[in-house]
Amino acid sequence: MGLFIAQLITGLANAGALFMVASGLSLIFGVTRIVNFAHGSFYMLGAYIGYTLMQVLPGAVGFWGAILLAGIAVGVIGMLVEILVLRPVYRAPELFQLVATFGVILVVADLTLMIWGPEDLLGPRAPGLRGVIRIMGEPVPKYDIALLVITPIVALLLWYLIARTRVGVLVRAATQDREMVGALGVNQAWLFTGVFALGCGLAGLGGALQLPKGGADLLMDFNILTAVFVVVVIGGMGSLPGAYLAAVIISVVNVFGVTYLPQSTLVLIFVVMVLVLMIRPYGLFGRPEVAGEHGQVGEPEKPIRPAGTQVRLLVAAGIATLAALPLYGSSFSQVLATDILIFCLFAASLHFLMGLSGLVSFGHAAYFGGGAYVAALIVTHSNSPMELAFVLAPIGAGLGALIIGWVCLRLTGVYFAMLTLAFAQLLWSLVFQWGEVTGGDDGLVNIWPADWLNDTTVFFYLALILCIGGILAMRHVAHSPFGYALRAGRDSDRRAEATGINVKRVQWLGFGFAGMMAGLAGGLFVFSKGSVFPNEMEIARSFDALIVVFLGGVKTLAGGVVGAATFKGLEEVITRFEYWRLILGLLIIFVVIVMPEGIVGTARKWAERAGWLRGEETRKRKAREEAA
Amino acid sequence: MTTASHPPASQSATQARSETRSEAPPSPSPVLETRNLTKAFGGLVAVDDVSFSLQAGELLALIGPNGAGKSTCFNMLMGQLAPTRGAVWLKGENITGMNPRKVWRKGVGRTFQITATYASMTVGENVQMALMSHHHRILSIRPRAHRLYRDEALALLEMVGMADQAERHCAVLAYGDLKRLELAIALAHDPAVLLMDEPTAGMAPRERIRLMQLTAEIVENRGVSVLFTEHDMDVVFAHSHRIMVLNRGQLIAEGNAEAIRNDPRVQEVYLGGGTVFAQEDAADA
Amino acid sequence: MKRKTFLKTLMGAAVAVTMAPFAATAQDGPIIVGEINHYKRMAAFAGPYKMGIELALEEINAAGGVMGRPLEFIFRDDQGEPGEAVKIAEELMTRDGAVMITGTILSNVGLAISSLAGEKGYVYLASEPLADSLVWASGNDYTFRLRSSTYMQAAMLAEEAAASGATKFATIAPNYAYGKDAVAAFKEVLTELNPDVEFVAEQWPALFKIDAGAEVQAIERAKPDAIYNVTFGTDLAKLVREGGDRGLFDGRTVYGLLSGEPEYLDPLGDEAPEGWVVTGFPWYDLEDGPDGAFVKAYQERYDDYPRLGSIVGYMTVQSIAAALERAGSTETDAIREAFKGLEVASAMGDITFRAIDHQATMGAYVGTTALRDGKGVMVDWEYKYGGDYLPSDEKVMELRPGN
Ligand SMILES: Nc1ncnc2c1ncn2[C@@H]1O[C@H](COP(=O)(O)OP(=O)(O)OP(=O)(O)O)[C@@H](O)[C@H]1O
Ligand SMILES: [Mg+2]
Repeated sequence: MGLFIAQLITGLANAGALFMVASGLSLIFGVTRIVNFAHGSFYMLGAYIGYTLMQVLPGAVGFWGAILLAGIAVGVIGMLVEILVLRPVYRAPELFQLVATFGVILVVADLTLMIWGPEDLLGPRAPGLRGVIRIMGEPVPKYDIALLVITPIVALLLWYLIARTRVGVLVRAATQDREMVGALGVNQAWLFTGVFALGCGLAGLGGALQLPKGGADLLMDFNILTAVFVVVVIGGMGSLPGAYLAAVIISVVNVFGVTYLPQSTLVLIFVVMVLVLMIRPYGLFGRPEVAGEHGQVGEPEKPIRPAGTQVRLLVAAGIATLAALPLYGSSFSQVLATDILIFCLFAASLHFLMGLSGLVSFGHAAYFGGGAYVAALIVTHSNSPMELAFVLAPIGAGLGALIIGWVCLRLTGVYFAMLTLAFAQLLWSLVFQWGEVTGGDDGLVNIWPADWLNDTTVFFYLALILCIGGILAMRHVAHSPFGYALRAGRDSDRRAEATGINVKRVQWLGFGFAGMMAGLAGGLFVFSKGSVFPNEMEIARSFDALIVVFLGGVKTLAGGVVGAATFKGLEEVITRFEYWRLILGLLIIFVVIVMPEGIVGTARKWAERAGWLRGEETRKRKAREEAA
Repeated sequence: MTTASHPPASQSATQARSETRSEAPPSPSPVLETRNLTKAFGGLVAVDDVSFSLQAGELLALIGPNGAGKSTCFNMLMGQLAPTRGAVWLKGENITGMNPRKVWRKGVGRTFQITATYASMTVGENVQMALMSHHHRILSIRPRAHRLYRDEALALLEMVGMADQAERHCAVLAYGDLKRLELAIALAHDPAVLLMDEPTAGMAPRERIRLMQLTAEIVENRGVSVLFTEHDMDVVFAHSHRIMVLNRGQLIAEGNAEAIRNDPRVQEVYLGGGTVFAQEDAADA
Repeated sequence: MKRKTFLKTLMGAAVAVTMAPFAATAQDGPIIVGEINHYKRMAAFAGPYKMGIELALEEINAAGGVMGRPLEFIFRDDQGEPGEAVKIAEELMTRDGAVMITGTILSNVGLAISSLAGEKGYVYLASEPLADSLVWASGNDYTFRLRSSTYMQAAMLAEEAAASGATKFATIAPNYAYGKDAVAAFKEVLTELNPDVEFVAEQWPALFKIDAGAEVQAIERAKPDAIYNVTFGTDLAKLVREGGDRGLFDGRTVYGLLSGEPEYLDPLGDEAPEGWVVTGFPWYDLEDGPDGAFVKAYQERYDDYPRLGSIVGYMTVQSIAAALERAGSTETDAIREAFKGLEVASAMGDITFRAIDHQATMGAYVGTTALRDGKGVMVDWEYKYGGDYLPSDEKVMELRPGN
């Protein structure tokens, strides 16, 4: 009994920081509809700033003051980020802002390293709260008790702010219906800024509050991110009580998991998340998304056309130049080109899904890594020839995508994206944990192609043929009735269903097809590298693809490939510098602000404006001129 | 497969069909029928025990003030909503609770009050989409969609007077054009029943008349039965064969233009409610 | 039109790559070694390691270099990604004219490079990764490893644990390959030495996501006599704090793998645990011998003290220089042959790269933690020679199917 209560207290204390970070994220999402990937970075900043302040400010007052000040400081930083980085892109297409927040992650990571150095900082103890008290004989750290009290107080203050003040009314109104806020005569821009600052401040507060239980280190930004996303999704995006309840549930489940299922530490929260979403698709307190609710849908896409002769000739010339690479390029240039081609195929497969069907997957690496693992597992565990393993990679990934897609397609929008993330993480933890079969994080090694393929140049040609072929095949499918049906479902679900198109089924097959193509890229990847590790399935890999698709331009056919090639190429150069994350982050933010429709989308617009391309704009202008 | 090998089937088929229809005696059994159709949203009964029938070749208007339950009724007819109670029969078959796709395949087409078209496609492609679905080509990945059933689509667009706009981007169309486009889409599978939810909303008066004349012609030539809702009473009285009035979910009157005009209950609903029999564009359109 | 941008980028990269100078391969220029590490991802570890390398390079080159040529390292960041590391390794070997590759801390990256090395015939000296499989299960002809492996260090602690007479053990290790290997090796060796031992709890917190309070409660619940700890970094800090507060360590000996390395002990400051039996690096007490000389040189060169990584980096260069001298050539096969059975007079004394499994016999310092001047240190330590903590040759042959 005593142990049980002590465990409960541990869980509730752990929920504290988690709740604060998650409530901030939830608030930001609820009002601005921004999925703030950088939220973990603000949490990290809170910890570092709090640490520094605690070194300066003396005594108990100094300690608690430092926590409060850290929250405020991070809030101010958040405000600056919102004004400088996000405000310029509110009108960009749905979810585009998350790319900007990804840039912020990179910038913050390097700045933190510059300012505070690489070593982990052990958090200072809370004055007067060292040691334990005994509850029914069980030791409970005093600071846990403090957290137990502080968290509900913060939650209540937040509740008061939201439920009882004018600001709160506006925030709630904005969460329900963003148009209404404008109608109330409130400056929406400042409301967004304020909420973003508040959300970031909460993250900072969480970071500072956990100092006595841990410290500050450079990996904490990503380390908390998954847990926070899980909490927000389980609670229901935009719901504060949901965030609180979910933080408590996750923390308490974790504590008991540690005791009774010690091996489960990785998988448990994702299992909880998947279960909750299966029963309550919009989280405990969430509400279904109204179509197009994200606002910021931007202009509708242009109709697509097969490329004209000129473009075809250009592309053919480009491919020919690439195919001649072994004649003039070094062996390494072929290795590099193979890498870039594979990544382009992977990104193009996500782009196929996002661009045509409008389904945003946060977990696309599951199929890339999945394909790689299918091939590697077959090679490792059965003596089948490489060629067979290679063929099974896309098939396996495609089947996996069909299974996961079948479940995820019950949801839409951000919830769909989050569920794909949860499944990807579930697969990742399976691969990571099931060491006997998958080798765990030591991966599967010595997965090399058959002898006839084992030459750099030959493999380059294989990659060239399959990647370009795959990309062209996806492009062809985009122009086929199936591709059109995907777009139809995205553009108007009502119309599609009312003309006999089974939108869910079309999307499901599209999801499977995109997964299969990602699996093909994964198969190529594993044989080009000779090994595969869980890294190829992790969130960071999914984000890689997501970011380049957005940067290339979701609403263009070539966006995925262009974005992937551009950024993979740039990365190759930039990572040679010491502070490459800073440079890359700033570059991403720059592109986001200057090219809100992605590289291809914005370039096309510029070209139209300059009169190089015919578009609606020129047509309209012509019409006006004619009328005049 | 290129479009060249597809004969413009739709048109000739239509012709054949309308001929047989005009020769056959008018069928006594209704094409579409509802029995005690009811829909409750929580406590609000949006459609309350509505029974009516639509005869073959009939142009039937369903009118009523805002929020009367007209769109809800339409949604139950085609399966966008499942009724709380009651049944829908199509050509002698109970289609209650059937999903819109199936109902569509059984020969029901519709337009929406808030237009539903594919914003990223051209006008022509919007219609081709419905034709591809009709011909079960949705899942094929070989042919280029832009070329499939192009002639049929152009013929349908011609019918609604939009053939010259076939290559335009749907997103830039005027509202009235979107309504006409929807009509072309709804006709793509040669339906027996056409449901039109406020087909003329957002149009100029002249346009409205043109569209309703067109609708009447379609009823005439293709033997389609049409059920439509409309706020413009001039349009309703001029173009419908029969009128039903819905108020707070209940059918309160039914008959020809004359009967409806003189029905005291109807007058009360419209006049008493402070609205006149006049143009009353759907505010939500 | 859209595809053009993509091609341009690709072409740009290709051209940049082609135009790169090939001067590096010239016979009289420096001998180049490619060093791949997670300079960003694990900055706290890779930094001191790199400083150790640079110190050794300066010394060697000041003394005339290797075979009369200067020795040069090219340092590349792999972002902690195995796939990236493989690409960089290719670049170093085929473009930059490196004669061999070294580096990495993370085992998975080391394994990826090792797999490439075996396939393409590049010599790879794995400096820091600990995974046993690197030289055993996945070992190949071209891969060598310097640092004492997980198995060796776990065996050293198991020996201490067996001597203590404790029988009820709890283990806590991060839930990934290194943690699992470390627990398996400890259990194996300890059970061999003392068949009466019993493992009453096995805790597996997720790496860097430990829920320390709950882990402590779970271990306490099992009432062990002693605890074997494999957690490190922030996980260790949290475990030490929660465990200390809740009295988990009272009356129990903790055996901590790597816990005595300055990288992990120093961040704990005055909260460093006392009385733990650990492997680590007591640089503060090293005065005589080659290790003492290294510490002195390091502190003179830098305004900083060495970490374990520093001496590993230093020994990496020593080993490579020795191998090159022995090979008398920069040809891959010659270097590979030279590494087999190579004896190096290293900063930790004489070590041998065993011909049988390519594992160096570098040892580890084992001692007990204590607090000195508000900092954690190791006392009563002893340097244990790595060669004494490896399985028998027959066993090794079994473990290394590649042979
Ligand atoms: N999904 C829904 N949930 C709850 N109430 C609804 C829903 N759809 C419609 N209603 C309500 O049902 C009633 C009937 O709505 P309906 O849209 O059918 O009216 P209508 O006759 O089409 O009006 P209008 O002329 O404005 O188009 C209204 O009070 C409306 O608010
Ligand atoms: Mg309506």
